[in-house]
Amino acid sequence: MNLFGLNLGSRRAKSAQTAKDRLQILLAHERSRGSGTPDYLPDLQRDIVQAVRKYVDIEIEDVDVRMDRSRDISSLEINVEIPAGKKPGSDPNT
Amino acid sequence: MTEQLKEDPPLGRVVVITSGKGGVGKTTSAAAISAGLAKMGYKTVVIDFDVGLRNLDMTMGCERRVVFDFINVIQGDARLKQALIRDKRLDNLSILPTSQTRDKDALTKEGVDTVLTELKQEFDYIICDSPAGIERGAQLAMYFADEAVVVTNPEVSSVRDSDRVLGLLSSQTRRAETEGSEPVKAQVLLTRHDRTRIENGEMMTVEDVLEILAVPLLGIIPESQAVLRASNIGTPVTLDEPSAASRSYEDAVARLTGQEVEMRIAGERRPGLFHRLFGRSA
Repeated sequence: MNLFGLNLGSRRAKSAQTAKDRLQILLAHERSRGSGTPDYLPDLQRDIVQAVRKYVDIEIEDVDVRMDRSRDISSLEINVEIPAGKKPGSDPNT
Repeated sequence: MTEQLKEDPPLGRVVVITSGKGGVGKTTSAAAISAGLAKMGYKTVVIDFDVGLRNLDMTMGCERRVVFDFINVIQGDARLKQALIRDKRLDNLSILPTSQTRDKDALTKEGVDTVLTELKQEFDYIICDSPAGIERGAQLAMYFADEAVVVTNPEVSSVRDSDRVLGLLSSQTRRAETEGSEPVKAQVLLTRHDRTRIENGEMMTVEDVLEILAVPLLGIIPESQAVLRASNIGTPVTLDEPSAASRSYEDAVARLTGQEVEMRIAGERRPGLFHRLFGRSA
């Protein structure tokens, strides 16, 4: 049907190309890990909390992890919010 | 409007999008309905219950932003607010993706209950996108529902499966098990409706399907090129350019919120001679 597909207009061809690009990017990431979500993220978050807690008393929800995957690079953005009033050096175990 | 949303407590309405049969348009409908509700100003979250076969993220176009998921939240590895993905187009729309690596046994009734209870504090509508089938994932997607949208194609196996799902909704849900509570309000959303094939007598009519299933009709979504296009580009149909499908979804969404909207059978223009000669390409 490609011959007849020519008269379907360029816009639909564009959306099909978008679909293919999106899948290629996503599947490249999924296959390289053998999974969709990198499973290390929860552990990474826990480790960050532990490391920061040596100095500042924070909770697990004060750490915000964001990821953006694209064709060439993926970025991991980690935001640690230090709540006002938390004193550096307070003992996390108390 | 923001003021009003702050003053009023959220509606906290749980709506399951289910069907039994696969491929009838559950995820497309979940995406279109949740975006439609958000467009009307309702704070809306859509949850993917299809553990292991994540797809809602692609339909919503946020697949590259998934960090934590529903299962991480249930298992205590992440907080709910860390797993919720805020839609880039509508700020009162959020997505809770599922896990691509775990299986459906990672879902527990208690875990789902906890997450839904927390979401009800913040959202007007919580849309649960059910997996196909009637096993654990599908059962848990419907268990806590207040309302159900049963997505059905005018085709024998789809109608039969919808009937089975309607039976489960009236027996295997919290509302069904709780003495004195209203049953789950179930409505049929007829998708892939093809006016030409119905006129030719090749496809069951809306009346045929409703007569068999005996539940109210939420809407009729015509078979439309717009649905594939929207999925290609990762945009809910209701946020893409206007089409017969997007208008039908908008009508269905308005009915879901309690508005009275006249039922109309929209449809793409009848295929021309060219299409009749060469058939459909998809």
